[in-house]
Amino acid sequence: MNDLHSLIQIKGLRDGLLVSLNDAPWAEQQSALLTQMDQQPSFFQGARLALDVGSQILHVNEMVDLRDQLSERNVLLWAVLSESPTTEQTAQLLGLATRISKPRPEETRFASSGLSDETALFINKTLRSGTRVEFPGHVVVLGDVNPGAEIVAVGSIIIWGRLRGAVHAGSNGDGSAKVCALDFAPMQLRVAKEAMNLNEDKEPASPRMAFIRDERLVIESWKPS
Amino acid sequence: MTAQVVTISSGKGGVGKTTAVANIAFALAASGSKVVCIDGDIGLRNLDVVMGLENRIVYDIVDVIEGRCKLRQAMIRDKHLPELYLIPAAQTRDKNAVSPSDMKRVCDEIRPEADFVLIDSPAGIERGFRNAIAPADRVLVITNPEVSAVRDADRVIGILEAEEKHSPALIINRLNPDLVKQHDMLSAEDVLDLLGIKLIGIVPEDESVIVGSNRGVPVSQDPKSRAGQAFRNIAHRLKGEEVPFLDLDKQAGLWDRIQKMAGRR
Repeated sequence: MNDLHSLIQIKGLRDGLLVSLNDAPWAEQQSALLTQMDQQPSFFQGARLALDVGSQILHVNEMVDLRDQLSERNVLLWAVLSESPTTEQTAQLLGLATRISKPRPEETRFASSGLSDETALFINKTLRSGTRVEFPGHVVVLGDVNPGAEIVAVGSIIIWGRLRGAVHAGSNGDGSAKVCALDFAPMQLRVAKEAMNLNEDKEPASPRMAFIRDERLVIESWKPS
Repeated sequence: MTAQVVTISSGKGGVGKTTAVANIAFALAASGSKVVCIDGDIGLRNLDVVMGLENRIVYDIVDVIEGRCKLRQAMIRDKHLPELYLIPAAQTRDKNAVSPSDMKRVCDEIRPEADFVLIDSPAGIERGFRNAIAPADRVLVITNPEVSAVRDADRVIGILEAEEKHSPALIINRLNPDLVKQHDMLSAEDVLDLLGIKLIGIVPEDESVIVGSNRGVPVSQDPKSRAGQAFRNIAHRLKGEEVPFLDLDKQAGLWDRIQKMAGRR
Protein backbone atom coordinates (compact mmCIF):
# COMPACT_ATOMS: atom_id res chain seq x y z
CA MET A 1 0.00 0.00 0.00
CA ASN A 2 2.79 2.41 0.91
CA ASP A 3 4.54 1.41 -2.26
CA LEU A 4 1.53 2.41 -4.28
CA HIS A 5 1.40 5.79 -2.64
CA SER A 6 5.02 6.55 -3.34
CA LEU A 7 4.52 5.78 -7.03
CA ILE A 8 1.73 8.23 -7.56
CA GLN A 9 0.58 11.41 -5.92
CA ILE A 10 -3.03 12.54 -5.92
CA LYS A 11 -4.05 16.11 -5.19
CA GLY A 12 -7.44 17.75 -5.20
CA LEU A 13 -7.80 20.74 -7.51
CA ARG A 14 -10.61 23.22 -7.82
CA ASP A 15 -12.08 21.36 -10.75
CA GLY A 16 -10.97 17.76 -10.26
CA LEU A 17 -8.02 15.63 -9.30
CA LEU A 18 -4.39 15.98 -10.29
CA VAL A 19 -2.40 12.76 -10.39
CA SER A 20 1.38 13.18 -10.57
CA LEU A 21 3.60 10.33 -11.66
CA ASN A 22 7.31 9.93 -11.14
CA ASP A 23 9.87 8.24 -13.37
CA ALA A 24 8.99 4.61 -12.60
CA PRO A 25 8.00 2.47 -15.61
CA TRP A 26 4.64 3.39 -17.09
CA ALA A 27 3.04 -0.04 -16.68
CA GLU A 28 3.76 -0.04 -12.91
CA GLN A 29 2.39 3.42 -12.43
CA GLN A 30 -0.73 2.72 -14.42
CA SER A 31 -1.52 -0.39 -12.43
CA ALA A 32 -0.77 1.47 -9.17
CA LEU A 33 -3.25 4.16 -10.15
CA LEU A 34 -5.94 1.70 -11.18
CA THR A 35 -5.43 -0.40 -8.03
CA GLN A 36 -5.86 2.65 -5.89
CA MET A 37 -9.04 3.54 -7.75
CA ASP A 38 -10.47 0.08 -7.30
CA GLN A 39 -9.73 0.28 -3.57
CA GLN A 40 -11.56 3.57 -3.12
CA PRO A 41 -14.18 3.62 -5.85
CA SER A 42 -16.41 6.13 -4.06
CA PHE A 43 -13.61 8.69 -3.97
CA PHE A 44 -12.91 8.46 -7.68
CA GLN A 45 -16.43 7.91 -9.11
CA GLY A 46 -17.34 10.63 -11.58
CA ALA A 47 -14.08 12.51 -11.06
CA ARG A 48 -12.34 14.71 -13.63
CA LEU A 49 -8.75 13.70 -13.70
CA ALA A 50 -5.64 15.51 -14.90
CA LEU A 51 -2.48 13.48 -15.23
CA ASP A 52 1.00 14.95 -14.79
CA VAL A 53 3.41 12.50 -16.39
CA GLY A 54 6.54 14.60 -15.79
CA SER A 55 9.26 13.79 -18.27
CA GLN A 56 7.80 10.44 -19.32
CA ILE A 57 7.05 9.90 -22.99
CA LEU A 58 3.60 8.44 -23.41
CA HIS A 59 2.56 6.76 -26.63
CA VAL A 60 -0.83 7.06 -28.21
CA ASN A 61 -1.93 3.53 -27.44
CA GLU A 62 -0.90 3.88 -23.78
CA MET A 63 -2.87 7.08 -23.46
CA VAL A 64 -5.92 5.62 -25.20
CA ASP A 65 -5.75 2.51 -23.06
CA LEU A 66 -5.58 4.55 -19.85
CA ARG A 67 -8.46 6.74 -20.93
CA ASP A 68 -10.61 3.68 -21.67
CA GLN A 69 -9.66 2.04 -18.38
CA LEU A 70 -10.56 5.23 -16.54
CA SER A 71 -13.82 5.68 -18.39
CA GLU A 72 -14.82 2.17 -17.35
CA ARG A 73 -14.36 3.32 -13.78
CA ASN A 74 -16.48 6.37 -14.55
CA VAL A 75 -13.50 8.71 -14.34
CA LEU A 76 -12.91 11.30 -17.05
CA LEU A 77 -9.35 11.93 -18.17
CA TRP A 78 -9.41 15.53 -19.42
CA ALA A 79 -5.80 16.65 -19.35
CA VAL A 80 -2.31 15.26 -19.65
CA LEU A 81 0.50 17.52 -18.48
CA SER A 82 3.95 16.73 -19.71
CA GLU A 83 7.39 18.20 -20.08
CA SER A 84 7.82 16.42 -23.38
CA PRO A 85 6.42 18.15 -26.47
CA THR A 86 5.85 14.75 -28.09
CA THR A 87 3.59 13.62 -25.28
CA GLU A 88 1.84 16.99 -25.23
CA GLN A 89 1.17 16.66 -28.92
CA THR A 90 -0.15 13.15 -28.52
CA ALA A 91 -2.51 14.39 -25.83
CA GLN A 92 -3.67 17.25 -28.04
CA LEU A 93 -4.36 14.88 -30.89
CA LEU A 94 -6.61 12.91 -28.56
CA GLY A 95 -8.44 16.12 -27.71
CA LEU A 96 -7.05 16.31 -24.18
CA ALA A 97 -5.97 19.54 -22.55
CA THR A 98 -2.27 19.94 -21.87
CA ARG A 99 -2.59 22.77 -19.42
CA ILE A 100 -4.64 23.28 -16.32
CA SER A 101 -5.84 26.76 -15.54
CA LYS A 102 -2.77 27.73 -13.47
CA PRO A 103 0.39 27.89 -15.58
CA ARG A 104 2.91 25.40 -14.29
CA PRO A 105 6.23 26.69 -13.02
CA GLU A 106 7.98 23.84 -14.87
CA GLU A 107 6.83 25.22 -18.20
CA THR A 108 8.55 28.53 -17.85
CA ARG A 109 11.66 26.73 -16.68
CA PHE A 110 11.44 24.58 -19.81
CA ALA A 111 11.09 27.60 -22.03
CA SER A 112 13.76 29.77 -20.45
CA SER A 113 16.52 27.26 -19.88
CA GLY A 114 17.57 24.16 -21.73
CA LEU A 115 16.42 25.38 -25.11
CA SER A 116 18.51 27.63 -27.28
CA ASP A 117 16.94 30.13 -29.66
CA GLU A 118 17.35 27.79 -32.59
CA THR A 119 15.30 24.85 -31.37
CA ALA A 120 12.61 23.74 -33.79
CA LEU A 121 9.78 21.26 -33.66
CA PHE A 122 9.51 19.23 -36.85
CA ILE A 123 6.04 17.92 -37.67
CA ASN A 124 6.01 15.41 -40.48
CA LYS A 125 2.29 15.28 -41.23
CA THR A 126 -0.80 17.34 -41.96
CA LEU A 127 -2.28 19.19 -38.98
CA ARG A 128 -6.02 18.67 -39.07
CA SER A 129 -8.87 20.67 -37.60
CA GLY A 130 -8.85 20.65 -33.80
CA THR A 131 -5.09 20.21 -33.46
CA ARG A 132 -3.23 22.87 -31.50
CA VAL A 133 0.55 22.96 -31.44
CA GLU A 134 2.35 25.26 -29.03
CA PHE A 135 6.11 25.32 -28.95
CA PRO A 136 8.77 27.49 -27.28
CA GLY A 137 10.88 27.62 -30.47
CA HIS A 138 10.37 27.38 -34.23
CA VAL A 139 7.84 25.06 -35.84
CA VAL A 140 8.39 23.35 -39.19
CA VAL A 141 5.53 21.42 -40.79
CA LEU A 142 6.03 19.07 -43.71
CA GLY A 143 2.35 18.82 -44.66
CA ASP A 144 -0.67 21.08 -44.65
CA VAL A 145 -2.20 23.12 -41.85
CA ASN A 146 -5.93 22.67 -42.35
CA PRO A 147 -8.68 25.12 -41.33
CA GLY A 148 -9.37 24.72 -37.61
CA ALA A 149 -5.77 23.78 -36.75
CA GLU A 150 -3.64 26.21 -34.76
CA ILE A 151 0.09 26.78 -34.30
CA VAL A 152 1.55 29.08 -31.66
CA ALA A 153 5.34 29.39 -31.72
CA VAL A 154 7.76 31.59 -29.83
CA GLY A 155 9.92 31.54 -32.97
CA SER A 156 9.09 31.31 -36.69
CA ILE A 157 6.66 28.99 -38.45
CA ILE A 158 7.53 27.31 -41.75
CA ILE A 159 4.92 25.29 -43.61
CA TRP A 160 6.04 23.12 -46.50
CA GLY A 161 2.47 22.74 -47.74
CA ARG A 162 -0.79 24.64 -47.60
CA LEU A 163 -1.48 27.01 -44.73
CA ARG A 164 -5.23 27.32 -44.06
CA GLY A 165 -5.39 27.36 -40.26
CA ALA A 166 -4.47 29.92 -37.60
CA VAL A 167 -0.84 30.75 -36.88
CA HIS A 168 0.90 32.96 -34.33
CA ALA A 169 4.65 33.34 -34.68
CA GLY A 170 6.78 35.24 -32.14
CA SER A 171 4.15 34.64 -29.48
CA ASN A 172 6.41 36.13 -26.78
CA GLY A 173 6.65 39.36 -28.77
CA ASP A 174 9.63 38.53 -30.97
CA GLY A 175 9.28 40.88 -33.94
CA SER A 176 11.88 39.03 -36.01
CA ALA A 177 9.71 35.91 -36.27
CA LYS A 178 8.34 34.94 -39.70
CA VAL A 179 5.58 32.80 -41.13
CA CYS A 180 6.26 31.10 -44.47
CA ALA A 181 4.16 28.67 -46.46
CA LEU A 182 4.17 27.19 -49.96
CA ASP A 183 0.51 28.11 -50.30
CA PHE A 184 -0.09 30.98 -47.95
CA ALA A 185 -3.74 31.51 -46.98
CA PRO A 186 -4.09 31.39 -43.19
CA MET A 187 -7.46 31.91 -41.58
CA GLN A 188 -5.79 34.01 -38.87
CA LEU A 189 -2.30 35.42 -38.97
CA ARG A 190 -0.34 36.93 -36.10
CA VAL A 191 3.33 37.80 -35.80
CA ALA A 192 4.41 39.08 -32.37
CA LYS A 193 1.72 41.68 -31.50
CA GLU A 194 0.60 42.38 -35.07
CA ALA A 195 -2.39 40.62 -36.58
CA MET A 196 -3.78 40.62 -40.08
CA ASN A 197 -7.08 39.72 -41.63
CA LEU A 198 -6.65 37.95 -44.95
CA ASN A 199 -10.32 37.86 -45.93
CA GLU A 200 -9.74 40.39 -48.68
CA ASP A 201 -6.67 38.55 -49.87
CA LYS A 202 -7.37 37.36 -53.40
CA GLU A 203 -3.82 36.39 -54.35
CA PRO A 204 -3.58 33.06 -56.15
CA ALA A 205 -1.95 30.28 -54.20
CA SER A 206 1.76 30.93 -54.09
CA PRO A 207 4.70 30.64 -51.69
CA ARG A 208 4.64 33.69 -49.44
CA MET A 209 6.18 34.97 -46.24
CA ALA A 210 4.81 37.21 -43.51
CA PHE A 211 7.09 39.31 -41.30
CA ILE A 212 7.26 42.65 -39.54
CA ARG A 213 8.81 45.61 -41.36
CA ASP A 214 8.69 49.08 -39.78
CA GLU A 215 6.27 47.83 -37.10
CA ARG A 216 3.79 46.65 -39.72
CA LEU A 217 2.95 43.14 -40.72
CA VAL A 218 3.65 42.60 -44.43
CA ILE A 219 3.29 39.62 -46.73
CA GLU A 220 5.68 39.15 -49.61
CA SER A 221 6.27 36.43 -52.09
CA TRP A 222 8.72 33.88 -50.71
CA LYS A 223 11.71 33.58 -53.01
CA PRO A 224 14.97 31.84 -52.42
CA SER A 225 17.41 34.60 -51.48
CA MET B 1 -14.54 -16.68 -41.56
CA THR B 2 -13.13 -13.62 -39.87
CA ALA B 3 -15.28 -10.59 -40.27
CA GLN B 4 -13.87 -7.21 -41.19
CA VAL B 5 -15.24 -4.61 -38.77
CA VAL B 6 -16.03 -1.39 -40.66
CA THR B 7 -17.21 1.75 -38.87
CA ILE B 8 -18.87 4.60 -40.73
CA SER B 9 -18.36 7.97 -39.11
CA SER B 10 -18.55 11.66 -39.98
CA GLY B 11 -18.35 14.02 -37.02
CA LYS B 12 -21.18 16.18 -38.34
CA GLY B 13 -24.73 14.91 -38.17
CA GLY B 14 -27.06 14.49 -41.11
CA VAL B 15 -24.46 13.75 -43.77
CA GLY B 16 -25.77 10.23 -44.39
CA LYS B 17 -23.99 7.80 -42.04
CA THR B 18 -27.05 5.68 -41.34
CA THR B 19 -28.19 5.69 -44.96
CA ALA B 20 -24.72 4.65 -46.07
CA VAL B 21 -24.53 1.82 -43.53
CA ALA B 22 -27.92 0.45 -44.61
CA ASN B 23 -27.14 0.72 -48.31
CA ILE B 24 -23.66 -0.76 -48.15
CA ALA B 25 -24.92 -3.56 -45.89
CA PHE B 26 -27.74 -4.44 -48.33
CA ALA B 27 -25.33 -4.36 -51.26
CA LEU B 28 -22.80 -6.59 -49.47
CA ALA B 29 -25.47 -9.06 -48.38
CA ALA B 30 -27.05 -9.11 -51.86
CA SER B 31 -23.69 -10.08 -53.32
CA GLY B 32 -23.36 -13.05 -51.00
CA SER B 33 -21.55 -11.80 -47.89
CA LYS B 34 -22.82 -12.37 -44.40
CA VAL B 35 -23.24 -8.94 -42.82
CA VAL B 36 -24.04 -7.84 -39.28
CA CYS B 37 -24.93 -4.16 -38.76
CA ILE B 38 -24.61 -2.57 -35.34
CA ASP B 39 -26.39 0.67 -34.54
CA GLY B 40 -23.97 2.65 -32.35
CA ASP B 41 -26.34 5.54 -31.77
CA ILE B 42 -27.69 4.51 -28.38
CA GLY B 43 -30.59 6.73 -27.33
CA LEU B 44 -31.22 8.01 -30.87
CA ARG B 45 -31.42 4.82 -32.85
CA ASN B 46 -32.65 4.85 -36.43
CA LEU B 47 -30.74 2.29 -38.43
CA ASP B 48 -33.65 -0.09 -37.70
CA VAL B 49 -36.07 2.35 -39.37
CA VAL B 50 -33.94 2.84 -42.47
CA MET B 51 -33.52 -0.94 -42.77
CA GLY B 52 -37.26 -1.46 -42.25
CA LEU B 53 -36.86 -3.65 -39.16
CA GLU B 54 -38.12 -1.45 -36.33
CA ASN B 55 -41.19 -3.53 -35.51
CA ARG B 56 -39.12 -6.63 -34.90
CA ILE B 57 -36.85 -5.39 -32.12
CA VAL B 58 -37.00 -7.46 -28.96
CA TYR B 59 -33.47 -7.20 -27.57
CA ASP B 60 -30.81 -4.58 -28.28
CA ILE B 61 -27.07 -4.18 -27.89
CA VAL B 62 -27.30 -2.97 -24.28
CA ASP B 63 -29.20 -6.18 -23.42
CA VAL B 64 -26.34 -8.17 -24.95
CA ILE B 65 -23.69 -6.23 -23.05
CA GLU B 66 -25.52 -6.39 -19.75
CA GLY B 67 -26.15 -10.11 -20.21
CA ARG B 68 -29.95 -10.09 -20.50
CA CYS B 69 -29.85 -12.03 -23.75
CA LYS B 70 -27.52 -13.98 -26.00
CA LEU B 71 -25.90 -12.25 -28.97
CA ARG B 72 -27.96 -14.40 -31.38
CA GLN B 73 -31.22 -13.26 -29.79
CA ALA B 74 -30.42 -9.60 -30.48
CA MET B 75 -29.49 -10.23 -34.12
CA ILE B 76 -32.54 -9.38 -36.26
CA ARG B 77 -32.55 -11.12 -39.61
CA ASP B 78 -33.60 -9.07 -42.63
CA LYS B 79 -36.92 -9.84 -44.31
CA HIS B 80 -35.46 -10.46 -47.75
CA LEU B 81 -31.76 -11.12 -47.38
CA PRO B 82 -31.10 -14.11 -45.11
CA GLU B 83 -27.43 -13.18 -44.64
CA LEU B 84 -28.12 -9.66 -43.33
CA TYR B 85 -28.55 -8.99 -39.61
CA LEU B 86 -29.05 -5.92 -37.44
CA ILE B 87 -28.15 -5.47 -33.78
CA PRO B 88 -30.23 -2.43 -32.84
CA ALA B 89 -29.31 0.27 -30.33
CA ALA B 90 -31.26 0.77 -27.10
CA GLN B 91 -33.63 3.71 -27.29
CA THR B 92 -34.18 4.17 -23.56
CA ARG B 93 -30.52 4.37 -22.51
CA ASP B 94 -27.64 6.65 -23.41
CA LYS B 95 -24.11 6.33 -24.78
CA ASN B 96 -22.64 5.68 -21.32
CA ALA B 97 -24.40 2.30 -21.16
CA VAL B 98 -21.67 0.98 -23.45
CA SER B 99 -17.86 1.23 -23.21
CA PRO B 100 -15.26 0.86 -25.97
CA SER B 101 -14.18 -2.49 -24.56
CA ASP B 102 -17.80 -3.75 -24.56
CA MET B 103 -17.96 -2.97 -28.28
CA LYS B 104 -14.70 -4.80 -28.88
CA ARG B 105 -16.04 -7.82 -27.01
CA VAL B 106 -19.29 -7.94 -28.99
CA CYS B 107 -17.44 -7.60 -32.31
CA ASP B 108 -14.94 -10.29 -31.37
CA GLU B 109 -17.87 -12.60 -30.67
CA ILE B 110 -19.37 -11.92 -34.12
CA ARG B 111 -16.08 -12.07 -36.03
CA PRO B 112 -15.87 -15.85 -36.57
CA GLU B 113 -19.41 -16.00 -37.94
CA ALA B 114 -19.63 -13.17 -40.46
CA ASP B 115 -17.82 -11.53 -43.38
CA PHE B 116 -18.54 -7.92 -42.43
CA VAL B 117 -19.60 -6.06 -39.31
CA LEU B 118 -20.80 -2.54 -40.16
CA ILE B 119 -21.06 -0.08 -37.29
CA ASP B 120 -23.15 3.07 -37.58
CA SER B 121 -21.41 5.75 -35.53
CA PRO B 122 -23.38 8.57 -33.87
CA ALA B 123 -22.55 12.19 -34.74
CA GLY B 124 -20.01 13.97 -32.58
CA ILE B 125 -16.63 12.95 -31.23
CA GLU B 126 -17.64 11.94 -27.72
CA ARG B 127 -18.31 8.63 -26.02
CA GLY B 128 -20.60 7.18 -28.71
CA PHE B 129 -18.04 7.89 -31.41
CA ARG B 130 -15.25 6.36 -29.28
CA ASN B 131 -17.39 3.25 -28.80
CA ALA B 132 -18.04 2.96 -32.51
CA ILE B 133 -14.42 3.23 -33.62
CA ALA B 134 -12.88 1.11 -30.85
CA PRO B 135 -13.45 -2.28 -32.54
CA ALA B 136 -12.98 -1.06 -36.13
CA ASP B 137 -10.48 -2.63 -38.51
CA ARG B 138 -11.39 0.04 -41.02
CA VAL B 139 -13.14 3.37 -40.77
CA LEU B 140 -15.04 5.01 -43.60
CA VAL B 141 -15.41 8.75 -43.10
CA ILE B 142 -18.45 10.15 -44.88
CA THR B 143 -18.89 13.80 -45.73
CA ASN B 144 -20.99 16.10 -47.90
CA PRO B 145 -19.35 18.58 -50.28
CA GLU B 146 -19.98 21.39 -47.78
CA VAL B 147 -17.39 23.39 -45.88
CA SER B 148 -18.82 22.58 -42.43
CA ALA B 149 -19.09 18.84 -43.08
CA VAL B 150 -15.57 18.71 -44.52
CA ARG B 151 -14.20 20.57 -41.49
CA ASP B 152 -15.74 18.00 -39.15
CA ALA B 153 -14.52 15.13 -41.29
CA ASP B 154 -11.02 16.61 -41.04
CA ARG B 155 -11.28 16.63 -37.24
CA VAL B 156 -12.48 13.02 -37.21
CA ILE B 157 -9.63 11.93 -39.49
CA GLY B 158 -7.20 13.67 -37.13
CA ILE B 159 -8.57 11.72 -34.17
CA LEU B 160 -8.46 8.45 -36.12
CA GLU B 161 -4.84 9.10 -37.06
CA ALA B 162 -3.99 9.84 -33.43
CA GLU B 163 -5.65 6.56 -32.39
CA GLU B 164 -3.61 4.81 -35.07
CA LYS B 165 -6.67 3.45 -36.86
CA HIS B 166 -4.76 3.25 -40.08
CA SER B 167 -5.98 4.62 -43.40
CA PRO B 168 -9.57 5.84 -43.08
CA ALA B 169 -11.26 5.96 -46.51
CA LEU B 170 -13.57 8.73 -47.69
CA ILE B 171 -17.13 8.65 -49.00
CA ILE B 172 -18.37 11.90 -50.52
CA ASN B 173 -22.15 11.83 -50.27
CA ARG B 174 -24.83 13.92 -52.00
CA LEU B 175 -22.62 15.46 -54.66
CA ASN B 176 -24.57 17.49 -57.18
CA PRO B 177 -22.57 17.70 -60.45
CA ASP B 178 -24.66 20.61 -61.75
CA LEU B 179 -23.97 22.77 -58.70
CA VAL B 180 -20.29 21.85 -58.93
CA LYS B 181 -20.25 22.96 -62.56
CA GLN B 182 -21.72 26.34 -61.57
CA HIS B 183 -19.04 26.63 -58.83
CA ASP B 184 -21.75 26.62 -56.17
CA MET B 185 -20.58 23.41 -54.53
CA LEU B 186 -17.20 22.00 -53.55
CA SER B 187 -16.07 19.45 -56.10
CA ALA B 188 -14.92 15.98 -55.15
CA GLU B 189 -11.38 17.11 -55.96
CA ASP B 190 -11.67 20.09 -53.59
CA VAL B 191 -12.77 17.80 -50.77
CA LEU B 192 -10.09 15.20 -51.46
CA ASP B 193 -7.51 17.92 -51.75
CA LEU B 194 -8.19 19.16 -48.25
CA LEU B 195 -8.67 15.83 -46.52
CA GLY B 196 -5.88 13.99 -48.28
CA ILE B 197 -7.11 10.44 -47.68
CA LYS B 198 -8.08 7.63 -50.03
CA LEU B 199 -11.46 7.85 -51.75
CA ILE B 200 -13.75 4.82 -51.63
CA GLY B 201 -16.89 6.29 -53.20
CA ILE B 202 -18.73 9.33 -54.50
CA VAL B 203 -22.50 9.17 -54.14
CA PRO B 204 -24.48 11.61 -56.28
CA GLU B 205 -27.47 13.46 -54.85
CA ASP B 206 -30.57 11.36 -55.57
CA GLU B 207 -34.15 11.82 -54.33
CA SER B 208 -34.76 8.10 -54.38
CA VAL B 209 -32.40 7.75 -51.37
CA ILE B 210 -34.85 9.64 -49.15
CA VAL B 211 -37.82 7.70 -50.47
CA GLY B 212 -35.98 4.43 -49.88
CA SER B 213 -34.98 5.39 -46.32
CA ASN B 214 -38.55 6.27 -45.41
CA ARG B 215 -39.88 3.01 -46.84
CA GLY B 216 -37.17 0.93 -45.20
CA VAL B 217 -35.94 -0.32 -48.57
CA PRO B 218 -32.44 1.04 -49.15
CA VAL B 219 -31.82 2.39 -52.63
CA SER B 220 -28.90 0.07 -53.32
CA GLN B 221 -31.62 -2.51 -54.07
CA ASP B 222 -32.83 -0.38 -56.98
CA PRO B 223 -30.83 -1.23 -60.13
CA LYS B 224 -31.83 2.05 -61.84
CA SER B 225 -30.72 4.46 -59.10
CA ARG B 226 -27.37 6.22 -59.61
CA ALA B 227 -26.88 6.57 -55.85
CA GLY B 228 -27.71 2.89 -55.49
CA GLN B 229 -25.04 2.07 -58.06
CA ALA B 230 -22.54 4.21 -56.14
CA PHE B 231 -23.29 2.34 -52.89
CA ARG B 232 -22.99 -1.02 -54.66
CA ASN B 233 -19.59 0.06 -55.98
CA ILE B 234 -18.47 0.95 -52.45
CA ALA B 235 -19.51 -2.53 -51.32
CA HIS B 236 -17.41 -4.09 -54.10
CA ARG B 237 -14.43 -1.94 -53.17
CA LEU B 238 -14.78 -3.01 -49.52
CA LYS B 239 -14.42 -6.57 -50.75
CA GLY B 240 -11.17 -5.58 -52.42
CA GLU B 241 -12.46 -5.44 -55.98
CA GLU B 242 -11.34 -2.73 -58.39
CA VAL B 243 -14.36 -0.80 -59.65
CA PRO B 244 -14.07 2.40 -61.71
CA PHE B 245 -15.67 5.51 -60.19
CA LEU B 246 -18.97 6.71 -61.66
CA ASP B 247 -18.49 9.31 -64.35
CA LEU B 248 -18.89 12.67 -62.63
CA ASP B 249 -17.59 15.87 -64.13
CA LYS B 250 -14.03 16.59 -63.29
CA GLN B 251 -12.29 19.85 -62.48
CA ALA B 252 -8.63 20.41 -61.88
CA GLY B 253 -8.11 21.49 -58.27
CA LEU B 254 -6.07 24.54 -57.42
CA TRP B 255 -3.53 22.46 -55.57
CA ASP B 256 -3.03 20.16 -58.56
CA ARG B 257 -2.11 23.18 -60.61
CA ILE B 258 0.38 24.39 -58.01
CA GLN B 259 1.92 20.97 -57.79
CA LYS B 260 2.25 20.90 -61.54
CA MET B 261 3.89 24.31 -61.45
CA ALA B 262 6.21 23.27 -58.64
CA GLY B 263 7.07 20.08 -60.50
CA ARG B 264 8.06 22.03 -63.57
CA ARG B 265 10.40 24.31 -61.66
